Amino acid sequence: MPAVAETIETVQSAQEGGYKFGFETKIEMEFAPKGLNEDIVRFISAKKGEPEWLLEWRLKAYAMWLKMEEPDWAAVSYPKFDYQDAYYYAAPKNKVVPKSLDEVDPELLRTYEKLGIPLREQERLQGIAVDAVFDSVSVATSYKERLGKEGIIFCSISEAVHTHPELVKQYLGSVVPQGDNYFACLNSAVFTDGSFVYIPKGVRCPMELSTYFRINAQNTGQFERTLIIAEAGSHVSYLEGCTAPQRDENQMHAAVVELVAMDDATIKYSTVQNWYPGDAEGKGGIYNFVTKRGACRGARSKISWTQVETGSAITWKYPSCILQGDDSVGEFYSVAITNNRQQADTGTKMWHIGKNTKSTIVSKGISAGRGQNTYRGLVKISPKATGARNFTQCDSLLIGDQCGAHTVPYIENRCATAKIEHEATTSRIAEDQLFYCRARGLNQEEAVGLIVNGFCREVLKELPMEFAVEAQKLLAISLEGSVG
Amino acid sequence: MLKIENLTAEIDGKQILKGITLEVPAGEVHAIMGPNGSGKSTLSYVLSGREGYEITGGSATFNGIDLLAMEPEERAAAGVFLAFQYPVELPGVGNANFLRTALNALRRARGEAEVDAMQFLKLSRAKIKALQMSEDMLKRNVNVGFSGGEKKRNEVLQMALLEPKLAILDETDSGLDIDALKIVADGVNAMRGPDFSALVITHYQRLLDHITPDRVHVLMGGRIVKTGGPELALELEAEGYAKVAA
Ligand SMILES: Nc1ncnc2c1ncn2[C@@H]1O[C@H](COP(=O)(O)OP(=O)(O)OP(=O)(O)O)[C@@H](O)[C@H]1O
Ligand SMILES: [Mg+2]
Repeated sequence: MPAVAETIETVQSAQEGGYKFGFETKIEMEFAPKGLNEDIVRFISAKKGEPEWLLEWRLKAYAMWLKMEEPDWAAVSYPKFDYQDAYYYAAPKNKVVPKSLDEVDPELLRTYEKLGIPLREQERLQGIAVDAVFDSVSVATSYKERLGKEGIIFCSISEAVHTHPELVKQYLGSVVPQGDNYFACLNSAVFTDGSFVYIPKGVRCPMELSTYFRINAQNTGQFERTLIIAEAGSHVSYLEGCTAPQRDENQMHAAVVELVAMDDATIKYSTVQNWYPGDAEGKGGIYNFVTKRGACRGARSKISWTQVETGSAITWKYPSCILQGDDSVGEFYSVAITNNRQQADTGTKMWHIGKNTKSTIVSKGISAGRGQNTYRGLVKISPKATGARNFTQCDSLLIGDQCGAHTVPYIENRCATAKIEHEATTSRIAEDQLFYCRARGLNQEEAVGLIVNGFCREVLKELPMEFAVEAQKLLAISLEGSVG
Repeated sequence: MLKIENLTAEIDGKQILKGITLEVPAGEVHAIMGPNGSGKSTLSYVLSGREGYEITGGSATFNGIDLLAMEPEERAAAGVFLAFQYPVELPGVGNANFLRTALNALRRARGEAEVDAMQFLKLSRAKIKALQMSEDMLKRNVNVGFSGGEKKRNEVLQMALLEPKLAILDETDSGLDIDALKIVADGVNAMRGPDFSALVITHYQRLLDHITPDRVHVLMGGRIVKTGGPELALELEAEGYAKVAA
């Protein structure tokens, strides 16, 4: 069967309201044979023309993965994913590697425009550099030249493997080792593309860097790998957005993100995750099994995760910080919405190793429909982390009476001078709040949207301006039909 | 004109409104007075469409349209405004954002163009000034941490911005100091005109010193037991409900 036939099935765009990104791009695709084995790993590596060391690295991961068991400790349930019934590589067929946007397939450019992500620099109002990952490959990275002048590297990771092999070799797997967990291990074996960012010493990145992930092809897993390195005294803000077509079968997304911050460096990583969540009955949707971890290696370094998780059938995600440097700071701001049959088990791990390290966790979980939302967090304080401080706040909001919210905060404190504070609340949208809004002319959905946005305020204000507006709209859309 | 006929309503199986008949012609301001628990707030909620009340009989129309068949937001779009006895807090929701969202929802429902942030700012500043409120109130979260008096003033600000045709003010004077009372009364008086009517629920004559009502109704035990001119309020204050209603 020609590859293109695999993608022909037309997906009608969101009829049950809500998901506005459910369309499919018709473009000729190239696939690896279905299934997973050592040859597929070799195939992917060969497709990318990778050096021998990287192939070895992948094969080692694959061998480890074969011996691992899929974890079942998260509060999510789903039919077992058939790893042999998926494609691990799908790329738009393109004879030549595009050197500039003019060589990129116009159909792809149109796809990103439809998603509200114009790739052409002159079409962008804000100075945001974008890397766009379409299924398994990066299709375009904008503003490369401008960034290059500052010594900043922003490209796809496949490209970085060729242009900056020493950096990739040094840092790949240095924060999330191959065998870290089942999904990260799978990713290490079959990762296809993702973004690579390197900010040199003392440089403040002059614009937001952004990657836009799009799963398009059917039965295809997306396994992207992102690596961000911020040298001493540098500063970068990175945004990540994701969507996928509406499909009946579940698709796997198992990404790995590694961040490294040296002395006085700051990395701000923001995500708006809007993968297809499945329909109201829980059919279809993305399995979002993601490992994100940042290492604050240097003194006074800072890593801040902000996530707005509205999509995916299942979210399994714990962006974490390893606070090695003295006085380093880790932050986690999260909004997770589950509506209909969505399940989210998300939270963070803050591992305090250096002295006077500080972490802040603010988690806002919103459950509607039959959605299940779990906050799972670990604050771990090593004996040497004198003066460490953590503040955790977990708030849950319930809409309706068939959903669930759960909070599982673990604390492992082995240091007498550490200060840990934890606050948790569970509330419902009060009838009087809804009535107050409606008496002023807002309809039920607008009222819920407003109240939910208020509930999430502390997290939303952490997002860069442009993203915050998008996220607010998304929150309202995700909850459509959840009340009344 | 608001026309209520023999309206009966219950909550949790308990009958609260026991046959209310009342007319407020366009352009008029009527006061409702009555002891605690007599059903004044219940009437205001039933008129504005709060859930949980079962209408067991009678009718309520506004300019000929059946109010009771409409959703709360449809009533708001039709020009009904309720100033709450206990204004509700909305954590995290900025007051300016709330007011603009409400204003635009009403404008949309009426087929009018929405106002942008700049236009809104101009509009709200003028109203805020008239109510001698601080602009700070716009930046704070809706009613969160507002003093009792500030909450009431915020209700009046909303009324001034949303320009209703029928305002129901449920004890908007309670908790106001003397100056604030005057300001709130001026706010209501400024809206008076041929297209504006109001139901002013109050326990005190002092509000009616500033807002002279066209009619005064006494609500007791879920019924209007007496109706009269402004002098009835003075009588009530001097003699108490029991005697006047007897
Ligand atoms: N949910 C409820 N269940 C049972 N009774 C209720 C409920 N809500 C209100 N009531 C009763 O209805 C009656 C009327 O209450 P309402 O709030 O209308 O009085 P009011 O005239 O506004 O009093 P006040 O002057 O104190 O504001 C009261 O006896 C009250 O206890
Ligand atoms: Mg009352």
